[in-house]
Amino acid sequence: MSTANTITEKTFKTRVVEVSPDWCPGCGDFGVLSSLKKATLEKEIKSHEMLVVSGIGCSSNLPGYVNAYGIHSLHGRSLPTATGAKLANHNLKVVVTGGDGDGFGIGVGHFIHAMRRNLDLTYVVMDNEIYGLTTGQASPTTMKDHKTKTTPRGNVEQPINPLMLALVSGATFVARAFSGQPAHLSSLIEQGIAHKGFAFIDVFSPCVTYNKLNTYAWFKERIYKLEDEAPDRDPADFSDAMSTAMEFDDRIPIGLVYKVEKPTYEDTEPVLLNGPLIKQPLGIKKELFDQLLLETM
Amino acid sequence: MENKQKKLNNLPNNSHEITIGFGGAAGDGLDKSGNLLARVINRHGLHAISYNSYQSLIRGGHTFLKLRISERKEMCYGDHFKVLLAMNQDSIERHAPAVEPGGVIIFNSDKVTCDSSLLQENVQIVPLSFRKLTSDMGKLIPIMQNTMILGSLLYLVNIDFKTLEQVLGDIFAQKGQEIIDQNTSVARIGYQTTQEHFASAKINIDWNFTHISKPFYSGNSAMALGAVAAGLKFYAAYPMSPATNILHWLVTNSERCGVLVKQAEDEIAVINLAIGAGYAGVRSMCATSGGGFALMTEAIGEAGMFETPVVIINVQRGGPSTGLPTKTEQGDLNQAIGASQGDFPKVILAPKSTTDCYHIVGEALNIAEQYQLPVIILSDLLMGENFETIEPGSWSHEVNINRGDLIEQIPQSMKGKDGFKRYTFTSSGISPRPLIGSEGMAYVTASDDHDEDGVIISDEFTNTAIRRKINEKRMRKLEGVLNELEPPQLEGSEDSEVTLIGWGSTWGVIHEAIEQLEVEGINANQLHFRYLLPFHSKESLQILNKCKKTIVVELNATGQFARHLKAETGFSSTDVILKYDGEPFEPRMITQRVIAILKGEPLDLNVTQSEAREMAYHYIRVHLKDKLRPSNIIQTSQNGYGEPVWVLDLIERNNGELKGKLTIGVETGSTHKWDPSNLEQ
Repeated sequence: MSTANTITEKTFKTRVVEVSPDWCPGCGDFGVLSSLKKATLEKEIKSHEMLVVSGIGCSSNLPGYVNAYGIHSLHGRSLPTATGAKLANHNLKVVVTGGDGDGFGIGVGHFIHAMRRNLDLTYVVMDNEIYGLTTGQASPTTMKDHKTKTTPRGNVEQPINPLMLALVSGATFVARAFSGQPAHLSSLIEQGIAHKGFAFIDVFSPCVTYNKLNTYAWFKERIYKLEDEAPDRDPADFSDAMSTAMEFDDRIPIGLVYKVEKPTYEDTEPVLLNGPLIKQPLGIKKELFDQLLLETM
Repeated sequence: MENKQKKLNNLPNNSHEITIGFGGAAGDGLDKSGNLLARVINRHGLHAISYNSYQSLIRGGHTFLKLRISERKEMCYGDHFKVLLAMNQDSIERHAPAVEPGGVIIFNSDKVTCDSSLLQENVQIVPLSFRKLTSDMGKLIPIMQNTMILGSLLYLVNIDFKTLEQVLGDIFAQKGQEIIDQNTSVARIGYQTTQEHFASAKINIDWNFTHISKPFYSGNSAMALGAVAAGLKFYAAYPMSPATNILHWLVTNSERCGVLVKQAEDEIAVINLAIGAGYAGVRSMCATSGGGFALMTEAIGEAGMFETPVVIINVQRGGPSTGLPTKTEQGDLNQAIGASQGDFPKVILAPKSTTDCYHIVGEALNIAEQYQLPVIILSDLLMGENFETIEPGSWSHEVNINRGDLIEQIPQSMKGKDGFKRYTFTSSGISPRPLIGSEGMAYVTASDDHDEDGVIISDEFTNTAIRRKINEKRMRKLEGVLNELEPPQLEGSEDSEVTLIGWGSTWGVIHEAIEQLEVEGINANQLHFRYLLPFHSKESLQILNKCKKTIVVELNATGQFARHLKAETGFSSTDVILKYDGEPFEPRMITQRVIAILKGEPLDLNVTQSEAREMAYHYIRVHLKDKLRPSNIIQTSQNGYGEPVWVLDLIERNNGELKGKLTIGVETGSTHKWDPSNLEQ
């Protein structure tokens, strides 16, 4: 029995029920899974104190491979589901995972609203610029002119820039990583979990089966680490964060793009001042009940 | 016909009662006036039940609020009214002809006139000039005409002035003494002027006051209060009429009741928030109307798959699509039964009255947690939004809370090598559910189908054996639910000539129709359903097989419950009484149709004279800038339209000058022709 313990490398490998990922060999999501495990290990989070919530898609299978509470919800609905669970028990460490179709396509409305609420959630998107589980259709981050099953003459639509969308929507922690560099990714997830507020981490996680354009090699050629090339950047500078987020051509920055401290939704919700909802008493006292009736007479 | 109507009004009821109609435009403050009056009569110990017929706009349009005041508790707002408070000219034209003989019409004569040709026998008018009567009070806001009219009304229906003074003091307490004094003076002017000049219009009712005040609640606020008492901790919603005031009530009282209320970006977010909170282990609920419910349906199936408790209230309005945002209907039964893909256990409840709204939410929260499934409550606009007095003692703050198998420690039987199994296959179908955050029971719930551990079975090899057994496990829970719910019972005598069958909010109006039928010499009884799914097929059939004639009464176009009843029991009712025009049933409508059915008369769907008038009003608003009104109306078959038609004279609102004729088909209801020139005939 390991469920009550801190998540260790061992417990991750041998869950109570051992389930191995069903991802294609070489899938970028393996790097994200191992980085998430490492980050929670570093933070010494106990398995029962953590909740991992996902939507639907290859990457959304991730909660099934982590020894923690998990919700494998509907396509696009991970963020509202996680929000409900977090508000019910804000002592839980809640990590939300999913893909670009799940988060920026069908779930984009929730993405924007979750960020402007600044809930204390960590949202890790495995962005492979394609719909993988449905066998290779264009996604909201598929690059212009990219030929996919549903864009046989090349994609005519402009891709979403998730980082800029996050910045203008009010995320208080915005970062980008590459699953080919798991140590760097793991450190960002760790920072994201430590951040009080909505942390968004967009992770380039190559699909080796359906995206032959945005490959490991393609990313390796272009990415650079912000902390290496711009060590003096102020991550709280919004304008600088926006220009950094805009850079997506021959050179693509990864690392912490933006971070600012603001009160979280949980901090400002008066009902939660009395502790987690799940611990609060049920029902109504007679005095208040009588008062509520009297007010209508 | 007239004699019959009088006979119907003469109910087997010694309780004194009177119904007041408030007519005006949105923004005229009718609801506030109605509330003020309800408070006054409530303090005397009388009952009140209201119905506000309003439109989907914030200012203008036409609004008609009825308030039935009585000594005994009435179950519906009735089908007649004796006093009309007309806040504008439109209200006179539309409603003056319906004021009962012996009744009275009160209005501000500065802006409203009343043509005596519109009135029934012995109806008196009380014109009060707000401007003249309050000329020495300085500048007053126009809406205070309502206060004057209310003062007048109190005199006419024999209710003393003192209580109004107290209520005004309470309502305007925060606005200061000056406002209180001003309102009191204006009301007194209405009262005294009427006493001095219109004493002959007084309707002498010899009220028996008990002076016991009662809660004045709508179904929506009753559900909100009932949920709080039953341990609700989390509520999410997106604004949608007519469910919005559940949200308003809970937000207003959120802190003192300890309920976290979250307005979300859409109904999809709402239901997923509620499921997330329910999964984590709090009592969780959301409410919407049909359109929002449609958006929620995928996640309702997810709650079934997760085995997560959640309560969803659908306060129905007229559909389909955006439909009739401010009108009532029972049109979402099919939608609720069919909500979400696949098979999963869900429970559908329908409260039968405003009082019942309080109780049913507690039942729903218990069922949801005990059986770990989604529970849908079908309310509707009529019950949800309209206020009525509640019999003292009907509600208690002490509500039975049963959270089912919610655990914080791993069950003894699951300690060991295999560990915690969230979806353990059991004979009841119920598996212990951990409070999330509890040690030793971390598991993943999945919207994909899964095994006892929660591991999905849909990816590498879809295991047919596990799929079959978990499907059966989930569905088995409904057997437990059904055993726990009380079967329907026949109300009234067992050997009645006819049985009226209903569900949800129509219980009260059917009840009153049965009283009217008694006067007509027809003995009817009532079979009403609160639990729609799972269904008491066996018990229902036992009752139905003993009934002589059965008529299903419901507020939709296709007889959704009649079909559900047949699907669940194989029983076909003798007939149905359906209504789908946006307005609720009134008892007389049911009574008359029951009599017709018993006589074998076919249903007549032709446009009636009053419907032709309504259609003319619509035409006038859309095409003639509201300048005219319908006057004489005749029906003729001698025309080129292939159907008999109604021909209406449209006259100038101000001077009554004939401006043209409007032709409306009796069968199709089509507006065939507007002829401004042909003034002959």
